[in-house]
Amino acid sequence: MPTTPSSQSDEKIPFHQRKAAKVDRLAELMGDRGDDGHGAGIWREAFARMRRSPMAITGAVIVAVFIVVALFSPLIAPYSPTSQAWGNEVFPNRNEFVGPRGENWLGLDHLGRDMFSRMVIGARQTLMVGVVATLVGFLFGALLGGTAGACSVLGGRWGRQVDNVVMRVIDMMLALPTLLLAVTVAALVGPSLTTVMLAVGIAQIPIFARLLRGAMISQGNREYVLAAQAMGVRKRKIALTHILPNSMGPVIVQSTLTLATAIIDAAALSYLGLGNPDANFPEWGTMLSEAQRFLSSAPSLAVYPALGIIITALGFTLLGESLREALDPKLRK
Amino acid sequence: MLRFIVRRLLQLIPTLGGLSILLFVWLQRLPGGPEYALLPDDATDEQRQALRRSLGLDEPLMVQYLSFLRRILQGDLGTSLQTSRPVMDEFFLRFPATFELGVTAMIIAVTIGLPLGYLAARKRGGVLDFAAVGGSLLGICTPVFFLAFILKVVFAEGLGLFPSAFRLSPGLGRTDITGFFVLDGVMTREWDVVWDALAHLILPGLALASIPLAVITRMTRASVLEVMGEDYVRTANAKGLHRTTVRTRHVLRNALLPVVTAMGLLAGSLFAGAVLTESVFAFPGIGSFVYVATQERDYPVLTGFILLIATMYVFINLLVDISYSLLDPRVRAQ
Repeated sequence: MPTTPSSQSDEKIPFHQRKAAKVDRLAELMGDRGDDGHGAGIWREAFARMRRSPMAITGAVIVAVFIVVALFSPLIAPYSPTSQAWGNEVFPNRNEFVGPRGENWLGLDHLGRDMFSRMVIGARQTLMVGVVATLVGFLFGALLGGTAGACSVLGGRWGRQVDNVVMRVIDMMLALPTLLLAVTVAALVGPSLTTVMLAVGIAQIPIFARLLRGAMISQGNREYVLAAQAMGVRKRKIALTHILPNSMGPVIVQSTLTLATAIIDAAALSYLGLGNPDANFPEWGTMLSEAQRFLSSAPSLAVYPALGIIITALGFTLLGESLREALDPKLRK
Repeated sequence: MLRFIVRRLLQLIPTLGGLSILLFVWLQRLPGGPEYALLPDDATDEQRQALRRSLGLDEPLMVQYLSFLRRILQGDLGTSLQTSRPVMDEFFLRFPATFELGVTAMIIAVTIGLPLGYLAARKRGGVLDFAAVGGSLLGICTPVFFLAFILKVVFAEGLGLFPSAFRLSPGLGRTDITGFFVLDGVMTREWDVVWDALAHLILPGLALASIPLAVITRMTRASVLEVMGEDYVRTANAKGLHRTTVRTRHVLRNALLPVVTAMGLLAGSLFAGAVLTESVFAFPGIGSFVYVATQERDYPVLTGFILLIATMYVFINLLVDISYSLLDPRVRAQ
């Protein structure tokens, strides 16, 4: 029959040919290799889908603006963020603050420093906290989860024991709420910006580890792994070049989402007094917790850094969520 | 069922044991050791040596760990450096306040989050769905302490609708029975106390509820969406069952399973959130006590708090697992 099976309903195909038609249809679907003949990878497909999603575009724009501002902050900021050049114009005790004006776009803070410059330079610190914390969580989490996953899939009985031990440790870390884990680390190391980055990062390790392990175990049952094993590829190579790259999807999504939580958690740690002890140094979390005191008299001092944190976190969350949606066919409409 | 519970209880031992080792190592690693953390800076070396001996710090590590473990199992979490009273007593004293706050937050989160998530899923793509998804994303992205401050400044100090601090208005007499103000007020029929205590719970409860509310809304929405696409829902509809029956018995019942799990996990994080919220509203619970402890480096309180939370978290999860196996026969069969 020359017509393609997909264009015909079941009734028109003779009964004895129905099974063949189904197989043809299946092959047609499997062999759908996209426009360039190399196969539209799952990532390219996901990006194509994200280009049409308003959620993804909003997130991407916010993240792009934030990163550009953070990278070029010394060029953008008109004044030094620590200079108290207008100190004689602001009197917090008498509730005298200076709002936005031509000279200082966002007004002055309680010590007479230019708010706009502090926000711009603060973006850079905030980005650094987020990125370093995420990297810490990602690297150590991937190391632990990857080892556990690889051992579980390829290591036989001995490997499953290793997996078991590693996962018990991970579960123990998961038993502590993220923020509390971060507080523990911060209290142990002492307050500093490094502490915040380490603390928030360490708190993310168990999540990354669990995700990567889960993904690797589900990949481990695929035919291509069996094929590689049958061909005698070394186990380490299978784990690193076959299973790992195919398991990175959920981990990359999580990294985007973690950037948001890291920024929020860092702000909470600053509020708890475990952040950077040098309040002169502009970082949104520190600025926000400092400005709480003047919330009723000069709300804008707190609102600017708070908006910065909320919008940036929202940007990363939107981007991560839409990436997850684009990669997961179950969540699509 | 009993075997299931016993097995889960046995699985707790390595988790909690590991945690105790972690805390023990942490205490060992305190800057300069406990003799520096516990004594004032101007203490002499002899005093430090004497304290080391009296704390048993000159014993081998294994002996120290075992005595540490024995003390914890006896409910002795050490003495608070702020108040010089046992940490456990301090926690017990403040527990009712935090528990009331946590329950308020959970009630707010569940009564708003469940219907909102369900309706958002039913009207997918509509205005309500957009508002629910957007609102929950915003809720997750707003720092809890900032939200608490905004609520306090706007609704308490600005509009004067709610009190801005403490558990009860000053000068209001009440009979103390359990330490739970609302419960006591109901038991003694002091309705003015009940009303006043509730008014004090609303704002901190709302701030604390922000993250659970966001998570529950999103989880319910996602879960209902998934269940509505299942074959058995279509079958139920095709059989001509009443819409309400399908929605409650088929959709909601199955959709709620993952949400119940999430609630268990959220209960643990409520305590961490309480540290931030209570301090803003000067709410005299465990949270504000721990907040001061982080400022003052009160290590016995911090370790005690971590141990308390971890234990509660682990047991809440056990309860969730048990309720799960009651709700879902497939879990029992595994």
